[in-house]
Amino acid sequence: MNIFKLSIKNIFNKPLSSSISLALLVLGVGIISLLLQLNTLIKDQMDNNLRGIDMVVGAKGSPLQLILSSVYHIDSPTGNISLAEAETISNNRMVGSSIKILYGDNYKGFRIVGAEKKFIELYKGVIKEGKDWDNPYEVLVGSKVYEKLKINLGDELISSHGLRETGQSHDEGTFKVVGLLKPSNSVIDQLIITSPQSVWDIHETHDHDEHENEHEHEHDNREITAMLIKFKSPMNIIQFPRQINENTNLQAAVPSYEISRLFKLFGFGIETLSYLAYLIIIVSGFSLFINLFNSMRERKYEMALIRTLGASRFQLSTMIIFESLVLTISGFILGLLFSRFGVMFVSSLMEESINYNLNSLKILNEEYWLLGLSVLIGVVSSLIPAIQVYKMNISKILADA
Amino acid sequence: MLKTKEVEFNYDNQMFFKFQNIDLNSNENLLIIGESGVGKTTLMHLLAGLLKSNSGSIKLFDKELNQMSSYQLDSFRKNNIGIVFQRPHFVNSLTVKENLQLAQYIANKNDNTRIESILKNLNIFEKSNKKTNQLSQGEKQRVSIALAIVNSPKLILADEPTSSLDDNNCSKVIKLLKKQATDFGAQLIVITHDSRLKKHFKKSIEL
Repeated sequence: MNIFKLSIKNIFNKPLSSSISLALLVLGVGIISLLLQLNTLIKDQMDNNLRGIDMVVGAKGSPLQLILSSVYHIDSPTGNISLAEAETISNNRMVGSSIKILYGDNYKGFRIVGAEKKFIELYKGVIKEGKDWDNPYEVLVGSKVYEKLKINLGDELISSHGLRETGQSHDEGTFKVVGLLKPSNSVIDQLIITSPQSVWDIHETHDHDEHENEHEHEHDNREITAMLIKFKSPMNIIQFPRQINENTNLQAAVPSYEISRLFKLFGFGIETLSYLAYLIIIVSGFSLFINLFNSMRERKYEMALIRTLGASRFQLSTMIIFESLVLTISGFILGLLFSRFGVMFVSSLMEESINYNLNSLKILNEEYWLLGLSVLIGVVSSLIPAIQVYKMNISKILADA
Repeated sequence: MLKTKEVEFNYDNQMFFKFQNIDLNSNENLLIIGESGVGKTTLMHLLAGLLKSNSGSIKLFDKELNQMSSYQLDSFRKNNIGIVFQRPHFVNSLTVKENLQLAQYIANKNDNTRIESILKNLNIFEKSNKKTNQLSQGEKQRVSIALAIVNSPKLILADEPTSSLDDNNCSKVIKLLKKQATDFGAQLIVITHDSRLKKHFKKSIEL
């Protein structure tokens, strides 16, 4: 038996009031930690997919939509642009490199993207099994796609038109799986990638026999969905997008700008929610204080007894502070667990709806601050009860008995 | 062993107590008897070092209590004095055995065999793992005696141990207390208004 064990026994002796303080703290810490985790994970994921893309060119519409569709592959595209116009921009001297991408089809809800091979290099995609595509209708499959749909090398995928699973699958085309990609923790994990030619071919209205001959002739009418651009110099980011937006009927959007705008939008909500969570933590501190204060009154005889057994004032005060700290520190730990389960839950939701997933169990720096805050709450709320116990007049308490 | 001289105490200048001198030799038990309001509990708290007198001297085991600091008194108490209260108090979150272990921990001791032998001696060994609020009144009183003697005190102070008991139980409890004191080599001072106890003590003083 010692003072620490006694503190724990005291906590378990009052399960109801202990668990109310604990639950409030778990809730407060859990919400804040969940917000921190989600914010960091989403930002990381967003930034990870943004690497190497300075600007996106596509059809006129909402710039955010353009970014969401062609960088993150979670929204519908704004429309198509003509290949010829795109070529003009990619030949501009300010452009370092450009990648054309095309949409059109999906396979069971996963998007089939027609893209130049540079697209896979951009996301550092590595082929795990099989080979690169050589011919039209050959596809590389991202790791989440083949894991979820159990696709193997050599399988034939029958696509359907549009970007979402519609249920009605009017056979657009049959793709052959020639390669599987290693997980890269970027957007290509949830994509099926093929050559631009495949997508053009599927959507051609012409007869297959004429197809080969008409190829050159068709050139000017071909369209792409968007083009990802990296500049030669970062300075161009200020001038070039404006030029495109003002002088052409294309739209240029800067992903980093649009994403920070997006974060500002829902940052407000996050901020409000975290104030609420801090409030809950403060309330939990009050509830802790009230519990300790009441239990100290109820337990004044046993405190007096412990003193008459020879315990010092200091030992008794320590016991009170221990009780509070045990609760707040376990509240902090349970709160972190709660937030990790929350992250897993949100991640599974996101994976279902937009094929994104977030997973991380590492402790963020802000969470160490949260630990500090929990300890502080524990000490502050037990301070007054501890001082009262320290100043307790045992003779008077025992005489009143 | 115990020598008091001209001990005076007052509560906030309202109640004033002047206690007669006590002189107790080693191996003697003492009964202090007095009506309500004559300062019995005050005297007991003074002897236990829970209160400090305003003037006079209390010499216990050759130590002058009035000259000790509150910390020294805590330490003196845990090494020398066991207290049996009028109403038994326990740490409610702990079992009987854990209460005794806590008392030992406070006195820097750890001796489970002693706890067992005390509980057996008091006939409550089978209650070791019961929470104290599950005990009957008589069992509670015996556990509070166990708490008082677990650290082998040289002196047991008992405050009204029998006041609420009938004649039969009164005699049982006082015999038990005396036996425990003898068995574990401690002296016993009982403070009470219960005149039935007079016949159990050779030496008594009246306040």
